[in-house]
Amino acid sequence: MDDAGFIIGSYALTFGAVILYTWRVLRRGRKLADQIPDEDKYWL
Amino acid sequence: MTTLHPAASRATDAVAGSPRRAGTGTTATRILGIATIVSMCWLVAFGLGFSPADRDQEEAVRLLYVHVPTIWLAYLAFVVTAVSSAMYLWRRSLGWDRLAGASAELGVVFMAVTLVVGALWGRLTWGVFWQWDARLTTTALLFVTYIGYLAVRNLGGSHAQRATRSAVLGLLAVLEIPLVHFSVQLWRSLHQGRTFEPNDTNMDGLMLFSLFVGVIAFTLLYTWLIIHRTRAMAMEDMIDDRGLDDALAARRAEAAAVPGADEEAH
Repeated sequence: MDDAGFIIGSYALTFGAVILYTWRVLRRGRKLADQIPDEDKYWL
Repeated sequence: MTTLHPAASRATDAVAGSPRRAGTGTTATRILGIATIVSMCWLVAFGLGFSPADRDQEEAVRLLYVHVPTIWLAYLAFVVTAVSSAMYLWRRSLGWDRLAGASAELGVVFMAVTLVVGALWGRLTWGVFWQWDARLTTTALLFVTYIGYLAVRNLGGSHAQRATRSAVLGLLAVLEIPLVHFSVQLWRSLHQGRTFEPNDTNMDGLMLFSLFVGVIAFTLLYTWLIIHRTRAMAMEDMIDDRGLDDALAARRAEAAAVPGADEEAH
């Protein structure tokens, strides 16, 4: 594949950003959830 | 005999001494999360493997399977922000405000990915990472506008103040989207026009399918993340409210502890 560095690098950057953001959102949710009683969580 | 509510039973399902509380996930979000991961794997397989090289763009076409879905999702996210903002101004329910904020945050992430991948695609196709071209410039302007929107959300004040000012901004910012989208027709632009026309596409079947997989994968990701982010924002608001209630209670207790404080105040 020509320009493999650019192409694979683009996919790596995209998925790296997505994984980092997802991890941050889930971690934030878990941290906040520890401070809130379960009966106040409308999704449960 | 009493039975525990499912949430309460999960709360007591704990490591000794520290009850583990439920996070933002539910069975539905876990299924959605798995579907997202599977579709992302499909995107990699089709985008990097099965899809053929383009006659003109050659291998660089593979970047479009990420670039096109992320910009579409960014547009969608900003439209959801605008609709939620309008709903907040109409209904005055903070749930709409949180949906608007979560969607704008995701839109900014998708737009950042679009700009970076677009710059790499530009380097392969045009020979430069960036040009002050109509499409690129208006996209960068849209990106900066929504970073501003997120900054305005964090200015402080009550939840209602935050919601009102960000709703007004959310409704104004969305007006930039038509400008970005039609910039290639309004001005002479280096950027290509539409990738495909709904009823008249010359794209190879496998290429079109790869693009379709990309759109599905990123739409699932958006849906999955917006659910988690909105729930996390609801908890942030609850903690803020609780902090305010605690401060008011402490002030009342302080006033009650000082005899005659009420009379002096009057």
